[in-house]
Amino acid sequence: MKWEVVIGLETHAQLSTVSKIFSGASTAFGAVANSQACAVDIALPGVLPVLNTGAVERAIRFGLAVGGEVSPYSVFARKNYFYPDLPKGYQISQFELPIVVGGTLTITVGEQDKTIRLTRAHLEEDAGKSLHEEFRDRTGIDLNRAGTPLLEIVSEPDMRSAAEAVAYARTLHSLVRWIDVCDGNMQEGSFRCDANVSVRPMGSTVLGTRREIKNLNSFRFLQQAIDYEVQWQIGELEDGRSIQQATVLFDPASGETRMMRTKEDAHDYRYFPDPDLLPLAVSPERLAAVRAQMPMLPTERRQVLVDTYGLTVYDAAQLTASRELAEYFDRAAAGATEQVGKLCANWICGALSASLNEAGLDITQSRVSAQQLRGLVDRVLDQTLSNKMAKLVFDAMWLGEGDADQIIAAKGLKQISDSGELARVIDEILAAQPQLVADFKSGKEKAFNALVGQVMRATRGSANPQQVNDILRSKLAV
Amino acid sequence: MTYQTLQSLAQNLAKGACSSVEITQDYLNKINELNPSLNCFISVDPARSLAQAAQADQRRARGEAGPLTGIPLAHKDIFCAKDWLTTCGSKMLSNFVSPYDAHVVESLNAAGMVTLGKTNMDEFAMGSSNETSFFGAVHNPWDLNRVPGGSSGGSAAAVAAGLAPVATGTDTGGSIRQPAALTGICGLKPTYGTVSRYGMIAFASSLDQAGPMAHTAADLALLLNAMVGFDGRDSTSLERPSTDYTGQLTQSLKGLRIGLPKEFLAAGLAPEVEQAVAAAIAQYQQLGATFVDVTLPNMGLSVPVYYVLAPAEASSNLSRYDGVRYGHRAAEYVDLMDMYKRSRAEGFGAEVKRRILIGTYVLSHGYYDAYYIRAQKLRRLIAQDFVAAFAHCDVIMGPTSPTTAFKLGEKSADPLQMYLSDIYTIGVNLAGLPGMSIPCGFDGQGLPVGLQIIGNYFDEARMLNVAHQLQQVSDWHLRAPTAGVQL
Repeated sequence: MKWEVVIGLETHAQLSTVSKIFSGASTAFGAVANSQACAVDIALPGVLPVLNTGAVERAIRFGLAVGGEVSPYSVFARKNYFYPDLPKGYQISQFELPIVVGGTLTITVGEQDKTIRLTRAHLEEDAGKSLHEEFRDRTGIDLNRAGTPLLEIVSEPDMRSAAEAVAYARTLHSLVRWIDVCDGNMQEGSFRCDANVSVRPMGSTVLGTRREIKNLNSFRFLQQAIDYEVQWQIGELEDGRSIQQATVLFDPASGETRMMRTKEDAHDYRYFPDPDLLPLAVSPERLAAVRAQMPMLPTERRQVLVDTYGLTVYDAAQLTASRELAEYFDRAAAGATEQVGKLCANWICGALSASLNEAGLDITQSRVSAQQLRGLVDRVLDQTLSNKMAKLVFDAMWLGEGDADQIIAAKGLKQISDSGELARVIDEILAAQPQLVADFKSGKEKAFNALVGQVMRATRGSANPQQVNDILRSKLAV
Repeated sequence: MTYQTLQSLAQNLAKGACSSVEITQDYLNKINELNPSLNCFISVDPARSLAQAAQADQRRARGEAGPLTGIPLAHKDIFCAKDWLTTCGSKMLSNFVSPYDAHVVESLNAAGMVTLGKTNMDEFAMGSSNETSFFGAVHNPWDLNRVPGGSSGGSAAAVAAGLAPVATGTDTGGSIRQPAALTGICGLKPTYGTVSRYGMIAFASSLDQAGPMAHTAADLALLLNAMVGFDGRDSTSLERPSTDYTGQLTQSLKGLRIGLPKEFLAAGLAPEVEQAVAAAIAQYQQLGATFVDVTLPNMGLSVPVYYVLAPAEASSNLSRYDGVRYGHRAAEYVDLMDMYKRSRAEGFGAEVKRRILIGTYVLSHGYYDAYYIRAQKLRRLIAQDFVAAFAHCDVIMGPTSPTTAFKLGEKSADPLQMYLSDIYTIGVNLAGLPGMSIPCGFDGQGLPVGLQIIGNYFDEARMLNVAHQLQQVSDWHLRAPTAGVQL
């Protein structure tokens, strides 16, 4: 039987506020345990939550970016359960009325665009951390993370493969960083996904029973976990067993998922509106104010690049993978013609990306500034440098040897475009290689290439290849 | 037993007739003498109180005294006070020393008031008799065999017996007004959102409101002045222009329209209470007021609605008492779940457990709509009844409690009987309105009767005016419990 995979993602994006969602404590990562937990975070008797408007603003930005409806009225609810790292005995979250409803995200898999529908996005607080390994026979509690603002983004079950799920997660990751609501740091847990996975016979319109893989904090784990889970579910079904609704964990060491709990031991969270917080009202004025601050979104930016510089959709998509990269391109291509823009794009997507990848750096850490790159492109365009020489200059710039002009001067890398000078060199070569000339005249085209090679060798690669070609042809035609 | 009003103490301090240290020592002596038989304080700390009094005297000497500087008061033990044991009447918090001040405590400290101690209360403010306290029942100074009401029973008894001139209380379903009525003092629950709940240990967040307890309406106004004010730490705190609650006290009541809901004369209302309340209301006619018949058709639903909503919120509010970070933790347990169960089983008393169970039940999957949502809808109807009534009147009057103080143990075996003692006060909390109780007479056994005055939203100044005017022509508030207390 052929099976269809159905995947929906729930993503927790930590909002990049300085303080927590309901208290003034810092959200900075990596502090000494419990040093960033104030009276509200540890839930002393009598303390009350106060909503951080920065978290609300970020949620609104997200809603606008995905074209969702920003609710004029949303409600914080209490999700009640006991756990030592949940100090109040409830988590403040949004349940029936979330701040963002609907919206879409367009992903690209291969050459194919696909629109994934979003169900909702809601604000909530993170719990603390239970430290099971650090103490013998005991569990430590670190409440630094308790109360950290999260936006939980829930997709519809619109994805049909692990590749689509990863593309969705990557696109979402890029978007939340683009609109500056989340730092996207996956090692620190700022962006993590739960994947709801089910399979069904191809052609079926009924959803299969899903299992939820919790807390995937890398794109690779997301891919591996879904791949494993899909194979496992298909195996179960093909062996005549049924799938039980369950929550599972992915173990990166074994590459397998294992059961955490089934539906039977699911909590009754007893959600109800939090009486300590007023309903969250977002006025049309506030919405308009946030909208006015929105940057151009990656999809719009991509189109602008295609229209302005005639870039391919592929290159434009690469350049808009992050806001920093797009800004780098803008600086490099400032005031440029279509031709210059295209060359800048080629250099950024080519040599620069390769160097960054190799060094494990991101664009903000690039050793070649946008202005330096533009200087290089300008020398290529005015034919001072051949492409081959330009790569040498680029490598030298990457090593910090200066700007393009400084390196050209220092290395004597000027391309010879003086036709008199070239004609003299070519005459010498023709005189020295009568056999090649004879071969060419008897119809051997290979001999022509050999002559070009001789000229380039004689000029140590600095001859303008097009000019060499032209002059050589005209002389041989005589 | 004698007492002084806040006003007279303030005058004496201002004149230099006495110092705050002297007054404070005087009250500490009375506490020392009478608290063993009344049990209205959970903790006192004379050295700390006297140090605060000495600071107040220095402040006065520098010419920086305000109207309340140097006046002692008692805080209900529901308010967190820095470095004070703050128990909320529970074993669960019997070891909890607060590291911070509640807004109310902070504000009154800033005004220069002196904390005499923390008063006894029903456990987590759940009760109408003060018998659910882990620290034992409080005795009514008018008759030591009787309850002082609750949950602010310790504060009420302390003021009534002259162990403090004024006290703070909290009122979720009548917890200021009912004990005020049962001990013959004045108590006011302001409009919801007027006094910050920050640092006030939560029972039912959407109903809880702090307020003053005192001998006179004028004293209530003085204390309220220092308690109110916007506080950014409480999201339900309201930003309002500041009001001087003493400002309207002396206004004439000519033209005042008093609404009399027929529902306030329900079955279960003791005839002597009805008579005393009727007589007081009749006195308002001589003060220039007129009477309007109004109706609160959904009032009968207020007790059942309250006993769905308040426990629902409480069941969640009390989840933080899990033995993990502070408070009582069982000495022995086998695992995490066992620790939770034992700590909470040992730390909470029967009434608190009953309400946690009710609250958990009404929020449970499958019951939520039938109980919680339905109760919320009815709550709105109850509030609308009051809004409709206030279209025809300025204040509403009636009894505070259907009976005078009942005997210790009389109702503690029957929670439903106990819950019904709040029938006249609960609707006010559900509607978020201000309500107060002032003494208006005595029954045949010499037990005080309270008159309830309910105002429209933010109409506290007018209510205090109405109360003050009656106190100009009556002396119920001046009676001290000499006869009942044989110490």
